[in-house]
Amino acid sequence: MNNIEVRNLSKEYDGFLLDNVSFDVPAGAIVGLIGENGAGKTTTIKALFNIIGFKGDVKIFGKDSKVYEKEIKKDIGALFDDSFLSDYLNCKHINKIMKDFYETWDEKKYFDLLKQFDLPLNKLVKDFSSGMKMKVKIAVAMAHSPKLLILDEPTSGLDPVVRSEILDLFRKYIEEDESRSILLSTHITTDLEHISDYILFIDNGKIVLDVPTDELLEDYGVVKCSEEDFLKIKAEDYVSYKKGKYQYAVLIKNKNEFKRKYGITTIDKPSIDDIMLFYIRGEK
Amino acid sequence: MEWLGDEMNIIITNSSGLPIFEQIENSIKKAIFSNDLKEGEMLPSVRSLANELKISFLTVKRAYDELEKAGFIKTIQGKGSFVAPKNLDLIKEEKLKEIQDYMEKIYEITKISNISKDEVEELFKMIFEEEL
Repeated sequence: MNNIEVRNLSKEYDGFLLDNVSFDVPAGAIVGLIGENGAGKTTTIKALFNIIGFKGDVKIFGKDSKVYEKEIKKDIGALFDDSFLSDYLNCKHINKIMKDFYETWDEKKYFDLLKQFDLPLNKLVKDFSSGMKMKVKIAVAMAHSPKLLILDEPTSGLDPVVRSEILDLFRKYIEEDESRSILLSTHITTDLEHISDYILFIDNGKIVLDVPTDELLEDYGVVKCSEEDFLKIKAEDYVSYKKGKYQYAVLIKNKNEFKRKYGITTIDKPSIDDIMLFYIRGEK
Repeated sequence: MEWLGDEMNIIITNSSGLPIFEQIENSIKKAIFSNDLKEGEMLPSVRSLANELKISFLTVKRAYDELEKAGFIKTIQGKGSFVAPKNLDLIKEEKLKEIQDYMEKIYEITKISNISKDEVEELFKMIFEEEL
């Protein structure tokens, strides 16, 4: 069962094309959306919410997102990069507003989350730090126990301790009910190594990678070698390479197969950032 | 985690060079061999172990799938994963593989240092006889 199914999603702006994007977000999974600024992450997320017009099909909970928009949105918790919290509200005011807005708003859950995040109830939002504001937004997104969380940069601007708290919260949210899913975009890819089940990598409006995180971290590798050795590697056996003054760095997809085939045994383990850079900047 | 409390350790390190799923697999095998995990005992669910170790549930699933393929555990849909009845052949095979790994290391050393096969055999016999 997939909570999100996107097929051939396209959107053209002046000078930008989101090009035939297709992907799934399975139930029980946390999917990390990565890519450079301007690669198409936010456009994709906006299309999921039907905020912008688009070509292609988006199904959420198995239903067409354009036809069943209202019904679907009740079960989604959202956090946008530019989500707005008025400066002249406090957390209690926000509760009152959201209670009217969502039928399924769970007051108790909201205040529990605030408590967990150590947020003051009577202080105005304008006196909050950016980390505190983010925590309120996350509490708001989660307080109606949605089936699906779609979060644009939920951990940006937060210190490592708070980030780890929030990641624990996300994990718990899925463990509570495995029919739930989370789609989150981020630049902090080290967070994804500990939380995401799948990585979706958008570059230049296209999906270049859609793989289990596990595979990315365990099977991908970076081989450092001389030009002579590099020339022996067949084109189908690597993703891309970077040529340095003294060595070649080559990204490969399957460490074990590569070891067997070429007898090279020292293969570095790349981070998600390294892999991104190879895809964006590497040569083929 | 209660199931793991005193009985089993699962230690994941970045420096071991082994993939995480394999580290989990090995920890569980070790617990089964040493009888810390007994026949029929339930393993933690994939999801709870993943949360505890802060890794993707797919990584844990991969480890469990491998253990199941090798006959160490049995997964019953909707119930959980359990330690399978001990299979002596399986254990022997596993141990032989372990021995082979050590022997390969010995072989490496002999090659580098120009020690003969006879000398190694002599050493090995000595160790065995000491035991007796």
